[in-house]
Amino acid sequence: MNVIELKNISKIYNPDTIPVRAVNNLSLQIEQGEFTAIVGPSGCGKTTLLNMMGGLDPCTQGSVTISGVAISTLNESELTDFRLKNIGFVFQAYNLIPVLTARENIEFIMVLQKEDPKVIGDRVDNLLKRMGITEQKDRRPSELSGGQQQRVAVARALASHPKFILADEPTANLDSEATAGLLEIMAQMNKDEAVTFVFSTHDQRVIDKAKRVITLNDGAIVSDEIHL
Amino acid sequence: MRLYIKLAWRNIWRSKKRTWITASSIAFSVFFACLMQSIQLGSYENMIDNSVRFFTGHIGIHQQDYWDEQILDNSFDQQLINNFDASQSPMVRASPRLNAVALASYKERTKGVALYGVDLELEAKFSFLERKLVSGNYHSPGGILVAQGLSEYLNLSLGDTLVLMSQGYHGVNAAAKYPVTGILKFPILSLNQGAVYLPLSAAQEFLVAPNMITSYSILLDDSEATKIMSSELQPRLSESELQVRTWQEMMPDLVQGIELDYYGGVVMLHILYAVVGFGIFGTFLMMVKERMYEFGVLNAIGMTKGNIQIMVAFEIFMLIFLGVFIGLLAASPVVMCFWQNPIPLTGDAAASLEKFGYEAIVPFALNLKIFYNQGISIFIISILLAIYPMLSIKQLKIIKALKE
Repeated sequence: MNVIELKNISKIYNPDTIPVRAVNNLSLQIEQGEFTAIVGPSGCGKTTLLNMMGGLDPCTQGSVTISGVAISTLNESELTDFRLKNIGFVFQAYNLIPVLTARENIEFIMVLQKEDPKVIGDRVDNLLKRMGITEQKDRRPSELSGGQQQRVAVARALASHPKFILADEPTANLDSEATAGLLEIMAQMNKDEAVTFVFSTHDQRVIDKAKRVITLNDGAIVSDEIHL
Repeated sequence: MRLYIKLAWRNIWRSKKRTWITASSIAFSVFFACLMQSIQLGSYENMIDNSVRFFTGHIGIHQQDYWDEQILDNSFDQQLINNFDASQSPMVRASPRLNAVALASYKERTKGVALYGVDLELEAKFSFLERKLVSGNYHSPGGILVAQGLSEYLNLSLGDTLVLMSQGYHGVNAAAKYPVTGILKFPILSLNQGAVYLPLSAAQEFLVAPNMITSYSILLDDSEATKIMSSELQPRLSESELQVRTWQEMMPDLVQGIELDYYGGVVMLHILYAVVGFGIFGTFLMMVKERMYEFGVLNAIGMTKGNIQIMVAFEIFMLIFLGVFIGLLAASPVVMCFWQNPIPLTGDAAASLEKFGYEAIVPFALNLKIFYNQGISIFIISILLAIYPMLSIKQLKIIKALKE
């Protein structure tokens, strides 16, 4: 089953002045449970593609369908709500809420979803344990290492059981040890809970771990390989 | 909602410096607005209080022609108001007075003076006349009390004899001499340079007006009850030829002066609001604009712009509340202190105030309304100033915000 379906999508910046085609007539399907890396040189359109998949940036042409919903038909408020319920985001710079503790950051999305406090508590405890950050649960982001912050960010993205997780260069700011640990956790979550991960990355360690590697150049797919 | 309140509370303490700067600017505006308003209302209260105590009362009862033609022949028999019980609330004090103009003479010097025939006991409570005594004796039978400025002009001292000449009731000649038994110092220049006080019976004897008084002045507990009390009193006097007048009717110049000054004060207050308002607006705007990246992230992960606005609204509300609270907390003891101890003026400032007949002090008013009005005003202004920064969150573009 396709979780993400992109049909002939293009993204053109400055269409009225100096048009820049960041994504060029691209079609792609991502299925449930995939562990996909989108790779390519800087400026090839990886982040733009992820932003369009996540409903953060509208495409100039084509359509983006997430679990059967054409997101271009949603208004801004519906789209925000759709992201809340269906998509998990992991950013390069972690982007945790600085005034909340690790635990509160993980709870955040579920609280916005108005989940039952008991369900939230159980889920967060489970995630803290699986991410190996139970001892750091009451620390604020500024009191955590980069690797710990990114684990919290992944836990936050996973907490509400989204349809898929978009991770934009998640290991770019991490050292080797933290990267290996994080990748191990994400791969385990992919295996255990069939969570769909889509990464944009330059990192060879992420590429090596990915089951599918899509290579972009000049906004178009130049190769799409399955790694067994 | 708890989440937004928690986020807002922690966010405002994230940048302590900014929070204290914003709260301080709000607090300063509340503080100065309270002080300005307190001085303004205090000076009015003081002017009104001095005027009603020494001249008219909050309510004055006169023979119906007296106010238009203030002559002794328009006085009335004090038996007519004997059924008044001045101790009844809201009447706190009442004082019968016989006023006339006279010539006061000592040795080679003569001056026109205002002669006040008063019940010294009652007047001590009504206008606190006894407290104005700077030398001599307040209760000396057969003597006269002279204002300090007048005594200096006439080179009078205690024990000297002052000659008074006037026209008595129905045109009879009035002339008498009185030993000066007390010197009074008044804050009001006109009184200080030309007032003499005789016991009521002595004044009636001097002016050959037995039992007659020109006014029956009433002091109220609450000056705002003046109009109600006046309309209650008038029917009780309908059968006599007496007329009830409020201090506003008796001193229209004072009322107009206060109104004019009040609007001047309002303009000053609005200038203060504007000056402080720009600062508060700048801080609110910065508070929102510098966090666009953070709002972009929140919006990306599923927090609607409306919810972001609610969170920021709580932050701004808490900041304003903090500022207003601190401002009121700082202003109240200062106002209370100066209310009890008005700032005395000296030199040119004092001279210019006295020239206009005002007491040379900066009086403060202590009224809960001042704190309430200024607190609410600054609160509303701050809320209005927050509207534009709040609306700018609605214009948030996630991708643009995330690139900041």
